[in-house]
Amino acid sequence: MGHTFFQPSHFMAVVLFALFASIVFGITQRETPRRMIRYGIYCFVLFVGSTIAISWLMFLVAR
Amino acid sequence: MRYSQKGMATVENKNTAANSGSQPVSQPGAQPGAKTSAKPGAREGFVYLPLIAGWLVPGAGHFLLRKWGRGALLSASILAMFVLGLTMQGKLYSNAHEILDILGLAGDLGNGLLYIVSQILGLGAAQAQTTLADYGTRFIVVAGLLNVIAAVDAHNLRTGRKS
Repeated sequence: MGHTFFQPSHFMAVVLFALFASIVFGITQRETPRRMIRYGIYCFVLFVGSTIAISWLMFLVAR
Repeated sequence: MRYSQKGMATVENKNTAANSGSQPVSQPGAQPGAKTSAKPGAREGFVYLPLIAGWLVPGAGHFLLRKWGRGALLSASILAMFVLGLTMQGKLYSNAHEILDILGLAGDLGNGLLYIVSQILGLGAAQAQTTLADYGTRFIVVAGLLNVIAAVDAHNLRTGRKS
């Protein structure tokens, strides 16, 4: 197996995923720059927020 | 309706043009007395060029349409996601035997030339053996899917469906 050059934490991986996906969603799903930024931020918050919420839910269910 | 169909070759517009009677009709959907002018998004040339270019090279479809800022952001995001996936030892799907592998391969193919060049250079892991490598595999697949969305967006800009 090859060497892994980039080793982010789980949370950092989520943040990076959410960041890049939100940028693409914002640009492609809205027409004006202002609405693109707002929708991008909305998607980012939903991505990260839902991940944190579901993580806590799984933690509490597993106890 | 999300997109305006004014001026498009819809049944409604064709009927309007047919009922205009003595008015000279230069194109379907033309309003009586209105000057004949092309839509802002309509340009000469191959309509599917931004779609194909955007699929092959992330952001190239927007660059062709002179949307420099959008193209740069899309290109940087998709490229970063793909490269991060590879550096996390993500798996590049090459042959598909099961349904999940077929879906993964379809997502990877969305990366266009990035995927082809990476396969030729032998980048990516043969199997994802760690959690991080599994994340990397998802990063690569999602980068391909986002690239397809970006290419379709470039096509919509080219046809005038989006401004």
